[in-house]
Amino acid sequence: MDALDARALDGNAIAGLLHEVFGTEMTPAIGTCASCGATGPLAECVVYLRAPGTVVRCRRCTGLLIVIVRVREMNCVDLRGLAALATG
Amino acid sequence: MAGTAVRGRLTWQVATVGEVIDETPTVRTIELDVPDWAGHRAGQHLDVRLTAEDGYVAERSYSIASAPGEQVAITVQRIADGEVSPYLTTELRRGDQLELRGPVGGYFVWDAGGAVSPLVLVAGGSGIVPLRSILRHRQRSSSMVPARLLYSARSLPEVIYHDELGGYGAVAVTCTLTRRQPPGWAGHAGRVTPAMLAEVAWPTRQDPLAFVCGPTSFTEYAADGLVALGYPPHRVKTERFGGTGGP
Repeated sequence: MDALDARALDGNAIAGLLHEVFGTEMTPAIGTCASCGATGPLAECVVYLRAPGTVVRCRRCTGLLIVIVRVREMNCVDLRGLAALATG
Repeated sequence: MAGTAVRGRLTWQVATVGEVIDETPTVRTIELDVPDWAGHRAGQHLDVRLTAEDGYVAERSYSIASAPGEQVAITVQRIADGEVSPYLTTELRRGDQLELRGPVGGYFVWDAGGAVSPLVLVAGGSGIVPLRSILRHRQRSSSMVPARLLYSARSLPEVIYHDELGGYGAVAVTCTLTRRQPPGWAGHAGRVTPAMLAEVAWPTRQDPLAFVCGPTSFTEYAADGLVALGYPPHRVKTERFGGTGGP
């Protein structure tokens, strides 16, 4: 395990932020990675809080799924790494 | 709409600190009186927000330590160079106010109602906190779901909730101490091994459900170990709180 992995959390840690952005509970929502096609709950994705902004990566291919950057009072959300996002 | 809580919207609110309980030299349970609390599920979190005098804001997510229906409580481990935990574990006093929002989280949760799958709970260090909520919820709701707990801590004084761990009725609690064991220690020693996981894991034919929570490396190892025992990955719910240190 390298130093970067030691800082890795998972999607459970950003339940509040995701709720703030999407307006509902999102950790059980199933995301599809646009890079490798892997699917799984956002709770199980790799999350880095100390990057510039919050970074969510695919657990299988480490591809970038979600980036959320707070600029002043606004959350800027990049979802281009997700091919699909399905809430239950 | 200013000041009006929108249904379903997650809003920051001010809670008042109630009883503060020292669990270990570095871990503290903080009971919170939250005026507008919608009720929580076992395993959920809340976010705490601290604002410094210069306007600097730090937010952290903490697992809720109490069962649904109990007074809201969080259990916080002091991280020496942390921004939030030193304040929560050393400065905060009964009657102080704390800004929080929640409950949040809908994945690493367990509801007693209708549950039949035997539970395997695996905790490393303060990863015991959401599992304690699950165990208390199971007990308070008189659930008959069989449950086993494997808890890895560095030493006996660092075992959180030590005095209540033996009091969950039929729940078998297995403890391993990774760094120091007291004289005459009858439990396991050293890090979690495949053999320890096999000891607590219910047979897969019983359709068990596992919850694993701890430092990132610990959680990966334990979850992989359960999958190696035949547990389908989607039946092993994980929650990682970072770091390579610890049990």
